[in-house]
Amino acid sequence: MSFSEIFQYDFIVRALIVGSLVSLCAALLGVTLVLKRFSMIGDGLSHVGFGALSISMALGFAPLILSTPIVILAAFLLLHINNNSKIKGDSAIAIIASVSLAAGVIVTSVTSGISVDVFSYMFGSVLAISDSDLIITVILSIVVLILYLIFYNPLFGVTFDENFSKAGGVNVSLYKMLIAFLTAVTVVIGMRIMGTMLISSLIIFPALSSMRIFSSFRSVVISSAAISLICFLAGLYLSFIWNLPAGASVVMVNFAVFCIMWVTGKITRRTA
Amino acid sequence: MDQIIIKKLTMQYDSYPVVCDVSFTIKQGEYVCIIGENGAGKSTMLKGILGLKPIKSGAISINMPKDKKAIGYMPQQTDIQRDFPASVYEVVLSGCLCNKKFISFYNKTDKQRALDSLDKLGIMNLRHKSYRNLSGGQQQRVLLARALASNPGLLALDEPLTGLDPAASLEFYSMLRKINKEQGITILMTSHDIHSAMSQSDKILHLSHKLEFFGTPEEYLKNDISKKFVR
Repeated sequence: MSFSEIFQYDFIVRALIVGSLVSLCAALLGVTLVLKRFSMIGDGLSHVGFGALSISMALGFAPLILSTPIVILAAFLLLHINNNSKIKGDSAIAIIASVSLAAGVIVTSVTSGISVDVFSYMFGSVLAISDSDLIITVILSIVVLILYLIFYNPLFGVTFDENFSKAGGVNVSLYKMLIAFLTAVTVVIGMRIMGTMLISSLIIFPALSSMRIFSSFRSVVISSAAISLICFLAGLYLSFIWNLPAGASVVMVNFAVFCIMWVTGKITRRTA
Repeated sequence: MDQIIIKKLTMQYDSYPVVCDVSFTIKQGEYVCIIGENGAGKSTMLKGILGLKPIKSGAISINMPKDKKAIGYMPQQTDIQRDFPASVYEVVLSGCLCNKKFISFYNKTDKQRALDSLDKLGIMNLRHKSYRNLSGGQQQRVLLARALASNPGLLALDEPLTGLDPAASLEFYSMLRKINKEQGITILMTSHDIHSAMSQSDKILHLSHKLEFFGTPEEYLKNDISKKFVR
């Protein structure tokens, strides 16, 4: 099947729009999250996303309308836990993640029976995106992209050196909340297509790949956006022609690119 | 002008007192070294003064000159930074963020100031290099350049000489001295290196949880407390 034939399908066009926007948002934020050692927050949020998604489906809400505020609240909570060094941040995030997951599974099995639904929540589905999802996703991802671009410089400053920024009078906690907020929104809009278990890899992989080779912040950000977009399109195409789950295919393509970049990075650094 | 006025500052870690009842005043343009043993509370006090750590009691007031409102802080390096993909220019330019309230884009003045401070510290040739590929001494210079790019009225440095070889430390000290003299920027730094501190600074602050001594290096030498410490 050729690439143009794919566009005849409505659901594929929707998946393309949503997936591309999510890939961009995830890649941009991923750079900050990986460098700031916040990867765990992204991972924790995706589990919370599963619980939120299950509950909102069980209650009959449009999935994104209820999940968005829940995941945003959870993001602030996880950030707070991460900031507070007296609690073991990692374990606290793990607890919240597994409890959300368990709650989601119970709610789903009680209401609709565990099977197809849970599978699609966890691992995503290109068929799952409704028209209302599409509209919300487009709006939210544009908000994420604009906020990221407007606050690109202070986000860099806070990521590189929180204490310097704080001593210099920058409102660090506000920007950390912005990071948490943007991450939450990205997880929410990405989880229907990528699946709640796989969305965090969309955040982490492109950043890690581009850091193997690129060495300025701006080039890492731009290249990881490009890598993310290309990997998504390739993954979606492969999933369609080979009839594979889309989210998982995108992750595998990302992994392949990571391996290539890793090896390339090793070689270029040795010769440099 | 009295720039930093500390009154009865007390700080705790959990319930363990780290800084106890410390009072002192630093004038604008002074070069002050905070010395003391490891774990004496030097870094903690510096962070407390800068508002990076909560204080238990006491009062801190910092008056900045009108045209130089920023505090340029040079923290101890973190693991995050050592492996951070950023160009030297990006890092130094981020110093200009300190003066911004709402608009977070860099203007011409910012870019010029970043270039000036690269130039001043002799690292203009490194500006396109990646921060993570630099040597320890070069990284320290970049962080100092970033602090200078904020157009600071006060430079606060936390153990800036850690990991530098003697030649590099000496060079770093003379750069600081130059910045202090030529631009009248107040310098407050913690240091292990008592001998350089004695030769370079205007005032010595000896901290051992309590304030043991605060005054000129000459007075410090005459004081009993220095006998245990300066050898």
